[in-house]
Amino acid sequence: MTGEQVIFLIVGAVTLLSGFMVVTVRNLVHAALWLVATLFGVAIVYTLLNAGFLAVVQVVVYIGAIAILFIFAVMLTRREAAETGAPLNNNWWVGALMAGLTFSGLVYLLQTWSGFSKTASTIPSGFDAISQLGAALTSPQGYVLPFEVASVLLLAALVGAVYLAFNKK
Amino acid sequence: MIPLSWYLILAAGLFSIGLFGVLSRRNAVAILLGVELMLNAININLVAFWRYGDISMMAGQVFAIIVFAVAAAEVAVGLALVISVYRRRNTVVAEELDLLKW
Repeated sequence: MTGEQVIFLIVGAVTLLSGFMVVTVRNLVHAALWLVATLFGVAIVYTLLNAGFLAVVQVVVYIGAIAILFIFAVMLTRREAAETGAPLNNNWWVGALMAGLTFSGLVYLLQTWSGFSKTASTIPSGFDAISQLGAALTSPQGYVLPFEVASVLLLAALVGAVYLAFNKK
Repeated sequence: MIPLSWYLILAAGLFSIGLFGVLSRRNAVAILLGVELMLNAININLVAFWRYGDISMMAGQVFAIIVFAVAAAEVAVGLALVISVYRRRNTVVAEELDLLKW
């Protein structure tokens, strides 16, 4: 077992454990902090996959913005009953059953696929993933149209969020 | 070297945990936390297929960035909806939100 595999196993276990804590702890501030731990684990997984830029974006966008937004929302919607009541609804066993079936179904389907256990090809020397990504995002032969559509979507979400959360009284 | 299967199983596990959270949590904010876990699992898959496929095809990373943008938009609108509902009904428990019009 190589060092890379050991790191992956540790990071994967921490990620799954903190993901499980996100969906089970009662205190929502704690759940948001466990989400931060999960997102850090995913960022390390990106680094293991040689996608350093995405790891940085994960830390800046997800941990820096989205997790903080969650903590703000939790603090704006506090109520005693929500803190003391059960964290899971009465049908939680149906949810657990569906999640278990989804996981076993996915693993079953994947292990019938021929490329399931293939290993990564070595990165050719001089390959610059970030400049390739930038060129792909901005060239008309690449993905400039989805990129622009995403920016319009962000603008629409900004306007919609301000309109929805605006206090009209 | 790590085989592709490890990443796919990790992503499947994270996706299932997120699905459990979406189906089972009572608080609407916690349901959105579950959606975030599912989106992260999808992103792991996209980046893993980029790395283990043809590395000069950037589609996997580009699509992961689009998913980042969609996740940010989804959280902003979702939490604005939750805060708006909290102002009117004074609750964020999903099963107490049982009226189409107030």
